[in-house]
Amino acid sequence: MAHFTKAKSLHDWLNQRLAVDAVRRVMATEYWIPKNINFLWAMGMILAVTFGLLLVSGIFLLMYYQPNVATAFDSVNYTIMNEVEFGWLWRHVHGVAASVVFLIIYIHMFTGIYYGSYKKGREMIWISGMLLFVTFSAEAFSGYMLPWGQMSYWAGMVITNLFAGGSLHADGLVEWIRGDYVPAQAFLNRFFMLHVLLLPLAILALIGLHFAALRIPHVNNQDGEELDFEAEAAKYKAGDKAGSKVIAFANDFMSKDMMVVGIYLVFFFYLVFFHYDFAMDPVNFDPADGLKTPAHIYPEWYFLWSYEILRPFPTDPGLIAFGFAQVIFFLLPFLDRSPNAVPASRRGLFNIWFWVMLVDMIVLTAMGKLPPEGIFSTIGLVAAITFIVLWIALPFITKKEKEL
Amino acid sequence: MKELKILAVVVFFTLVTYYLVEPFAHSQMHKHIESEGFAYEDLADVNLTDANVTNGQELVMGAGACLGCHSMEVAGMPAPMDPVTAAQSYGVNPPDLSNAGAVYDAKFLASLIKNPAHALIVEHKFDAEKGQMHPMVPFYGAGGDLDKEVADMVAYLQSVAVKKEDLTAEQAYELACGRCHANHYAGWTQMGKTPVFKKEQDELKYKTQVLDYQDSLKAYMGKLPPDLSIYIRSRGAHYIETFVENPQNYLKGTAMPRVGVNEHAMEKVIEYLEDSGDAKRVEREEVGKNVMIYIIIFAIFAILWKKAIWRDLH
Repeated sequence: MAHFTKAKSLHDWLNQRLAVDAVRRVMATEYWIPKNINFLWAMGMILAVTFGLLLVSGIFLLMYYQPNVATAFDSVNYTIMNEVEFGWLWRHVHGVAASVVFLIIYIHMFTGIYYGSYKKGREMIWISGMLLFVTFSAEAFSGYMLPWGQMSYWAGMVITNLFAGGSLHADGLVEWIRGDYVPAQAFLNRFFMLHVLLLPLAILALIGLHFAALRIPHVNNQDGEELDFEAEAAKYKAGDKAGSKVIAFANDFMSKDMMVVGIYLVFFFYLVFFHYDFAMDPVNFDPADGLKTPAHIYPEWYFLWSYEILRPFPTDPGLIAFGFAQVIFFLLPFLDRSPNAVPASRRGLFNIWFWVMLVDMIVLTAMGKLPPEGIFSTIGLVAAITFIVLWIALPFITKKEKEL
Repeated sequence: MKELKILAVVVFFTLVTYYLVEPFAHSQMHKHIESEGFAYEDLADVNLTDANVTNGQELVMGAGACLGCHSMEVAGMPAPMDPVTAAQSYGVNPPDLSNAGAVYDAKFLASLIKNPAHALIVEHKFDAEKGQMHPMVPFYGAGGDLDKEVADMVAYLQSVAVKKEDLTAEQAYELACGRCHANHYAGWTQMGKTPVFKKEQDELKYKTQVLDYQDSLKAYMGKLPPDLSIYIRSRGAHYIETFVENPQNYLKGTAMPRVGVNEHAMEKVIEYLEDSGDAKRVEREEVGKNVMIYIIIFAIFAILWKKAIWRDLH
């Protein structure tokens, strides 16, 4: 057993038992971050803060929400919104954060792609991040079911139908997932459990993995420069803070993180109080009605691009294309054959690939919401094919890239 | 200022995406219908300048005129039937006329008295030539000038109704929507505000009456008109206003009649719907302002802290 001395202070008492000084050193004051990174690297902190807001507001909502097909709708729209003190606040924080978190995730992802941050030993950061994205998607979808509105019900119907696998006709699988022939009580109960317990647990674990994946390869930087972290850290510790290319996470980078978070929160709370409806589809304020299909069924905005990869094709090719879109981002570190981990602007053809991909995904997102008619169908089909072609072309484009 | 350039790029793509999936997509999915300002231009004008209120009173109260079916509590005339029986007879409970003059537009009232199916734009449902009479019988006149008599009746209804500034949201809602549409967040059924019951038996009895009323309504309208509790959020004020103004603009052939409310009454209806579907809007704005002030101060301190820390790092 370790040797304990009489503590001189509370800090000393804790230090002997929890090694708080060592933890602080490793996690904060000697966790080295490149100096040359811009505000886009603060998206991680923004995501952590937003996830915190989701967790806290979710706990409050959980106190009054009733997972019952007969009472779920009113428990959200009447009990929480009208009767519970500040229930409206928690609900709007939760609803707005659920939408905004995806905006930030996409910015975070495209930042990673632009700066090549998934390459050169950082593959696990990328893969764990993609796992987080997929789990967040499942979390968002299961949460969207809970108010049991019209779009909840019909989106649940459409998405679970995907598991029939087109002409495979795996109807038994669909019923097994739903626990019924149509979305009903069993369906609501299990999605409730997924949303409030299993998926949040998985997310917490994956956040841990994502952070851990960062420790050894370190954060990339704006120039893709390979830093000798130990040498630069020694410089910093010797007092040459201005000359060192690295800074401590706390308080150096954290102060920048908090600055970005502060500005972000102004935007976030503006939405919560004055524009909360942007995140909530009006159709979902009609109670679920299994006998009445909404005129247009579409998912939330953050799923539209992958929905649009499914929609313009016939059933089976559509499902294959959809499956392709779900897994292909995982393979990015291996499909990009270039040895460079530098900003796209310095990578020739890849730079074009990046911007075309970004615009293509926005086009897919827009077409995914619009009714699949006339010119919109055609644009959607072209954009979906472009998406697939871009990914197939990626290894060939990057293979030719010269080492910088 | 490279970071500002990056921020501009991020904001640009975010706004483009937002524009496409929200305003643009919705403009493509839902046709925009302009408000007609509750002018009811298709209806004939009514001249109220030298209308005779006393004559109007006699006509409204006269046997075989309005009070055969309508109640008028302000004149001490109770309803001839209870709501359930009335709904079984006419499809829907005829409104109490006390505040009709305050809620309905004068032109509309005059047209309604002369030709209900026309004023309500339900001629596709009630065609007298095919023997499909509208349950409200048109007023054929008491022997004088029909238009003058109708103007007198409208003037009388206006003279007894509550003053514009005293019209409550619930009164407006009752006459405009409340006999067909429930609003359970406001405790409203098609039979009116749900009373507080001491005994469960009484409550069950009332519920049974509501169900009976709804059955008649269902048969009359083709389906049970939707509950309006949070229509303010599922449809928005603009949609509701323009829909009420002329439902045929949205749903050709719908059984929902043109309600004929005036602009002020419509504002009151919207207020009622906001009270039920967006009850905390005032509190939200107030708390919102304070939170914004706090969070802006927080952001300013965060920026200053960053500047202080980074002074040594450059």
